[in-house]
Parts: sequence; structure tokens; C-alpha cells
Amino acid sequence: MNLEKVVFAFFIVLSLTLNFGFFIGDLDNPNHHNVYELYAALVVSLIATIMKFGDRAHIGAVLLATSLVADLQLIAAVIVWTMAEHATGVGMTPMVMSSIVSLSGGALLANIISVIILVTETVMFRR
Amino acid sequence: MQNLIYLLLRRMRLPLIVVILAYAISILGMVLAPGVDDQGNPWNMNFFHAFYFVSFMGSTIGFGEIPYPFSDIQRMWTTVAMYMTVLSWLYAIGSLFAVIQDPAFKRVLAFTTFTRAVRRLHEPFYIVCGMGDAGHLIVRELTDDGLRCVCLDRNEQRIQGLRLEDFPVDVPALTADVTDSSMLLAAGLQHPQCAGVLAITDIDHVNLTIAISCKLLAPDLQVICRSETHDSEANMASFGTDYIINPFDTFAERFAMLFKSPSMYLVNEWMTSLQESPLTEFTAPPRGTWILCGYGRFGKAIQKSLSFKGIQTVIVENDLAATGAPEEAIQGRGTEAFTLVEAGVETATGIVAGTDDDANNLSIIMTAHDINKELFTVARQNMRTNDAIFAAADINMIMQSGLLIGRRIIDLLTNPLLSAFLRKATSENEEWANILVSRVVGILADAPPDTWTLTVNSEQTPALLEAIDKRLPVTLGHLLTDPRDSSKLLACVPLFLVRANHNEQLVPENDTVLQAGDQLLFCGRRHAETHMRWTTHNYHALDYICTGQDRPVGAIWRLFSGHTSR
Repeated sequence: MNLEKVVFAFFIVLSLTLNFGFFIGDLDNPNHHNVYELYAALVVSLIATIMKFGDRAHIGAVLLATSLVADLQLIAAVIVWTMAEHATGVGMTPMVMSSIVSLSGGALLANIISVIILVTETVMFRR
Repeated sequence: MQNLIYLLLRRMRLPLIVVILAYAISILGMVLAPGVDDQGNPWNMNFFHAFYFVSFMGSTIGFGEIPYPFSDIQRMWTTVAMYMTVLSWLYAIGSLFAVIQDPAFKRVLAFTTFTRAVRRLHEPFYIVCGMGDAGHLIVRELTDDGLRCVCLDRNEQRIQGLRLEDFPVDVPALTADVTDSSMLLAAGLQHPQCAGVLAITDIDHVNLTIAISCKLLAPDLQVICRSETHDSEANMASFGTDYIINPFDTFAERFAMLFKSPSMYLVNEWMTSLQESPLTEFTAPPRGTWILCGYGRFGKAIQKSLSFKGIQTVIVENDLAATGAPEEAIQGRGTEAFTLVEAGVETATGIVAGTDDDANNLSIIMTAHDINKELFTVARQNMRTNDAIFAAADINMIMQSGLLIGRRIIDLLTNPLLSAFLRKATSENEEWANILVSRVVGILADAPPDTWTLTVNSEQTPALLEAIDKRLPVTLGHLLTDPRDSSKLLACVPLFLVRANHNEQLVPENDTVLQAGDQLLFCGRRHAETHMRWTTHNYHALDYICTGQDRPVGAIWRLFSGHTSR
């Protein structure tokens, strides 16, 4: 058992599960989407990205790319939230909520791809 | 570049994770810590404010407690967060500097800069492997001539020394194992502009490896090798190395020329000397018995060429068995007076100090000179750094292999016509050489000789080619005429003419008619070249020389003076 692989897989899977936890629920209902969960999803996603740094294999490059997509989507969601609540004064309307959740949905897709690649790689190399 | 980024990212992984975690924990803590707003109501910071606050706190800018003064719990958490974020930053920045200072990273950086510099070369260049005395001299001379060089050497210090020097063009250099063919490829072995490879390290086997790699990876490339043993020389020649230079044999050949034809030796010396020294005064060495101290590769080469000329030699060698010296050789270093006396120094006419130790060589020369003031002295100098003491020792001839190899290679590369001339001239007799020497001396007087080549083509001699195309008989004599005054001749001697059909002619006559594609070698004063190039470039100057008349240049003036045709 390789500790590096454990930590690596842990962060990738955790970023998927947190993302999923935030995404699940009615699209436009603010009660179903917790701000702490989004925060945790973003932080874990950033860490997962850095874990993938410096892997020269092709599969490592694809993993890094999916992670960067997830980061981008989550940061966009956070910016939308911040703008709505603090900058424009629109407040948390169903429309704002649904765009935040759909952005996080995109990140979820990227995270799913990440995990699929991770599983494929694990199955291919039985070490 | 790719490698560099990967290396940096890989090494920065942990520091960056630490920074993100410190920020994440600090922000979360700031959101959770209960506070009080300006009306006294319970108030919690939201993520936006927490991120803003932690950002300026973590970078120690510190705007104060905003938007409301903090509660004690918030202040306690701020204290914790402050140390956490600042320490994580210090760690990250410290790691970044450590990576940049890391020798492995520096190596990758140097390699990346080197390969990029090589890739960007857009003019012909030579790869120089081995930056000893010869390599250094070659790079200096080639860059002065505007040619580009790429340098490789195993020794870091030599490459560093190269960086400190002031070359007129950029010289990419890399510390690398030259026997590694991937390093040769990085140095541009398969680059379309690569003109040749010079394998001149001081280890024969390394030179051999380089030559093989070159002939396999880039078969059309010119390869010049240095070799100090006949074994590896034959090996290099077997797979088509273009030029193999053995410093000992080269010197021995020259040395033999001294006895055969001093004038020929003089011609050689003038044409190939790098420094602009005036014509050297020279006394031919006496043909008596010679003492050879040291019977290594150098001693053997000298002995061979001396016995070829029928000159008697006495060999002095410390290790008779290992060098395979003949039975009558005298055992000893030659640095002691009694060994030299035993070898017959009182009656000898010359001495060659050819050991591989500079101090011993100097000692031999000085001891011998003390016993016999009339001796002709020849010394081998191994280290270039000993220049000053060898110059002070007042030795008739000094053999320095780095300088010798450097000179040969520079001539081969920058002036192939000169090498061809010297090869052909060697077969001429002493009388011929005497005439040539007196002609050159007559023209140059005390000025340092300069050699240059001229090829009759549209690039170098546009006016001359135009005249030839018009079927005007332009002779060599015309080229030698001073374009300022057609009754005078330029201070130079034509040495060699190679026709387009490879017909070679030594010291061509003045009435030789020039043809397109002719290659000419001249020797003379420097300013003569400038005037000659003017003649070959300027149609009117050439016209003046051919006719002796200064014809009008413009169309109107021509009309008035009645010269309607050219």
C-alpha cells in the first residue's frame, strides 16, 4: 500500500462527494444548498488540483485538466454567490441559486470524470 | 521548458497545499467565530468578508478589524490564523527559493537555455567538444571571424570561464558528458545549419566516440579529430573522419622541414601564424648530433623524422622498458648535468626536451645550455599557463600541442585554400621556396604578412565577373594593380590559383587570364586586400586599371566626351 496513492485518491473522491452533496436538492431552493458545503468543495478541489501537479504521464495531464475545470466552475459559482449577496444587492433569489447550483453541477461532471480516470488507472495497474 | 515547469510544480506541491489548508482553516474559523455588530446584535462574518479579512491579514498588510470591531473570540482566532498563514507563506516562499537554488533545477535550466540558444541559430555553426587550450583558441578565432560556435565540455569550470569572456557573438556552452550522443544532438548535431564537429578533448577515446556518433547520426557532417596515438588515428580514419590531427606528428613534420628546407619552413610559419608578428628572423638548425630527452609519443615522432633526414640522435629516457627505447639509449631524466654529459652534450648541436613535465623540460634546457652555449634548443610545453616562463627561457623552438592543433583547425575551417597551398608547396624544392621567400620579403619589408582568398563569383567580385562575361581579358596582373594609380602594383604576392575544374597552379604568373569560379590565395600587406576588393567590386575602378583611362561615369558626361560605349 502506497500512502501517496491513498492521500491522492482520498482528495479526489472527497472533492466529488462534497460537490455532490452541495449539488443534490431542488435546483432553485436555497435551503437545499449549504454555503459551508460549497466552501469545503472548493477548498478540497483546490488541494486535489495541487496533488496532481508534476505528473508527466498523459493520464496525469488529463486528471489535472479535469481538476482545473472543476476549480473554475466552483470559483465561478462562489463569485456569483458573492456578487448576488454583497455587490449587486439582488439577494438570494431562486434564479441566482439555480445558476450557482448548475455551475457546481458542471464541476460535479468534471469530478466524476476524474474519479472514472482514477478507477480506470487503478484497475489497469494492479500494484 | 516543459521539464522546468514539471520540476517546479512537483517540488511546490506540498508548500502550496499547506498554504491552501492554512487559508481554508483560517477562513472557516473567522466565519464560525461569534461577533457583535455596531448595534450590539450577534453577528457572524460571512465567507466573503472572511476571505477578504484573511487575505490582508495573511499577507500582513493589516487594515484593522472590519466591518465591526472584533469580539474576544474573533481576536483569539485571528491570533491563531495570523501565525498559521504567515508561517505557511514563509514555508512556501522558502521552498520556492530552495527549488530555484537547487543544483538539479539549475542543471535543467542551463540545459533548457542551451538547447533554445542552439535551436535559434540561423547561420552555420561548429560544435566544439573539449574546451582546452586548442578549443579556446579556436572559439576565439572563429567568433572573431564571425562564425558561430557551440561548446561542450565535461569540466564545469572551463564552461564558466567561457561565460566570463567577451566574444563578439553569443557562444552557447554547456557542461556535459560529450560521449553521450544525446548531448551532441542537443548541441545541434542534426541542426540544418551545423557545419561540422571538432572533437578535440585531450582523451583519444572520447574523441573517437564523438567521431563515431557524428558519422552515424549525421554522416554528411565534417568531423575533425584530435588524436595522440597512431592506434586511435587509424581507428578514426577507418570510418571516414574528415581530418585527424596528431599534434606530435604535425610538429615533427615541421621540424623535419627545418632541415630539408628552411625557406619552406618559413613560408609555413608566416602563413599560419595567428599573431600579427613581423617576419621572423630565423637561423637554420645545425645538422650534427641531437639529444632527445624523453622517448614518449613526442620523442618518437621527432626521432622518426630526424632519422628520416639522416641525422644522428642520442636518446635520454628515464623509463627505458616502458617506452621501448633502443638499447643504446641513456637512462636518466636529462635534468641532471651528468646524464647530459654522458649523452655527449658538449659536442651535440641540438637538444629536444620532450617530456610531459614542463618543469623538467625547462630544467633540461637550462642545464644543457649551461654546459654548451651553442646548442639549438627545442622544448615541449604542456600547459598554456607556463607561457611566461617558456618565453623567458630563450628557447629556439617551442612545441605547444594546444596551440598547434588550434592553428591547424582554424586554417582548415577558415582558409581551406591555404591548407591546399601548403600541401602542394611542400613538394617543391628549396630553390622554389627561396624565390618565394625573397619575393614576399621584398614586398612586405618589416610588415606582418596577411593572407586572404578571393573567389571569382557574383558575390565577391561582381565587377570582375561582369567584365569576364563581356569577354574582356582580365588578367591576374590587373588585380594586382593599384586602383588609385595604374602605374603602381599592390603590395601582395599571388600564391595559389584553383580553377573551377580543380586545376591547381602554384604562384600563378601575372598574365594568367582569370575565369569565373577561380579561387585565388594572396599574401601581402593588409591594406592591399582592401584595394583589391575595391577593384573587384567597382566596375569603374576595374575599367581604369584595364585601360589606364579614367572614363566618365554618368550618361550625360559620356555623351559630351564622346564615349558612347563602354
